[in-house]
Amino acid sequence: MSSTTQIPFVDYLILDDPPYLQAQECKSCGARYFDRRNACANCFANNFQPVAVQSEGVVTSFSIIQMGPNPYVSAIVDCGGTNVKCTIMKVEPTPDHVTLGMRVKLMTYSMGEDNEGTEAVAFGFEPI
Amino acid sequence: MGTDAIWIIGSNMTKFGKHPDKDVVDLAAEASRDALQDADISLSEVGVLGVGNLMNASAGIGQQLQKQIGQTGIPVFNVSNACATGATALRVAIMAVKAGETDVGMAVGVEKLAGAGLLGQRGPKPEAETWQPNGRFGALSSTEGRIGTSIMPGVFAQVGMEYGHKYGGASFELFAKISEKNHAHSTLNPLAAYQKRFTLEEIMNDVMIAYPNTRPMCSGNCDGAAAMIVVSDEKMKSMPSEVQSRAVKVSASVLTSDPYEDGCQILPDVNTLTKNAASQAYEQAGVGPEDLDLVELHDCFATAELVHYDNLMLCEEGGAVDFFQSGAPWRDGTKPVNVSGGLQSKGHPIAATGIANIHEIVMHLRGEAGDRQIEGARVGLAHVIGLGSACGIHILEKVA
Ligand SMILES: [Zn+2]
Repeated sequence: MSSTTQIPFVDYLILDDPPYLQAQECKSCGARYFDRRNACANCFANNFQPVAVQSEGVVTSFSIIQMGPNPYVSAIVDCGGTNVKCTIMKVEPTPDHVTLGMRVKLMTYSMGEDNEGTEAVAFGFEPI
Repeated sequence: MGTDAIWIIGSNMTKFGKHPDKDVVDLAAEASRDALQDADISLSEVGVLGVGNLMNASAGIGQQLQKQIGQTGIPVFNVSNACATGATALRVAIMAVKAGETDVGMAVGVEKLAGAGLLGQRGPKPEAETWQPNGRFGALSSTEGRIGTSIMPGVFAQVGMEYGHKYGGASFELFAKISEKNHAHSTLNPLAAYQKRFTLEEIMNDVMIAYPNTRPMCSGNCDGAAAMIVVSDEKMKSMPSEVQSRAVKVSASVLTSDPYEDGCQILPDVNTLTKNAASQAYEQAGVGPEDLDLVELHDCFATAELVHYDNLMLCEEGGAVDFFQSGAPWRDGTKPVNVSGGLQSKGHPIAATGIANIHEIVMHLRGEAGDRQIEGARVGLAHVIGLGSACGIHILEKVA
């Protein structure tokens, strides 16, 4: 067992076993958010409950960003009705390998340790 | 509530492109003075000034402009509303005239962007020595690239791809053909930043920026300004007949923001606010999409133009691909779209864009569009959208 402590790249990545994405769901209307909220943009209420988002989904849109030295795939994934924005990992970033409607699942990877030995863990999605 | 008509009696845009010898105020002054001259009216008659500039949003460009062309003490509204900044400045002037606060309003949009690179792109930040959660997502560093993209070419690429996923038929080649059309149109517009016609192959084989948008499929950063003089119905009737005969009626002036839709905080929804603005504008003007002789819509990327055919109801829902393939939006088609060359070739000096697209419509309705004139044009629509989001739609009519 490693004694390294871990920290998620964003608050909404929950480093359980298995890891999952956690949305804040409006108790009044069911709208889901990933950021810190002041109120619901849909119904203006301010009661939220944390909910686990399904870890498998379908790519409903993507773009291959080629402006830097390392092209990557930005995508929107429909995870059982909750849209998630992500980078698609473990795939050749070319239109031959990424398609609309492609099935993908959540994965995590290490971003490295800071100088106190804390390991940051980020998420992406990978083809199923 | 005032129901009297609002009229555009003066309109001007500078050449879009590189103006290394002119600063923002020079460009704004040029467009403003030319618009006043076009309207045959003195600055002393202008009662409100709306000025849009994004890159110096806190610099009071409106008052800086007054210092150069005339300080008359009138209220100045410096506005900033993403790519809809120019349309917002015009909305302010129109609202003031409609409210009866003044008979004459001036709106100016100006930007200097030549060589600015792609907007929204941030340089790499040094990694912290210890991980520190920041912002509303508690992110340890920039999310760009780690959690998809937030930069414009990528976001608008996804907007087009999302439409393709929903309705089908939206291929790389189709998007490139939209760009081919706009670049072909630009060859007739002497004020466009780029007037080069590209073949489909040239467009598809150019540098890929954010698939499926290659470089010529992205709007060009450049310098430019546009200005407009609006007056009340009463004021219009007091103007010389040469001014009246060239006046263009503002039949609708609408500004919307993005209402909540499922998933809209994941991928910005540029559709609903455009549909809402279009519905309101058609209702206000008492015209329908079938009445439009030409449309200038916000083709910040080729992928964006496709979805706005649908949002502006130029085709039936889901029918944008068929609409394009029918040839309708070419300048000799049934519904010419972006005969100015659009943002992809005319250029996109952000805050000037929302007035320049209205200027294009004005020129056609007056019959002053030169080689690119759409013959007999009487009704036109100008659309602009700023991510975040803000949508401005103006419908103009030739009445006289
Ligand atoms: Zn709610």
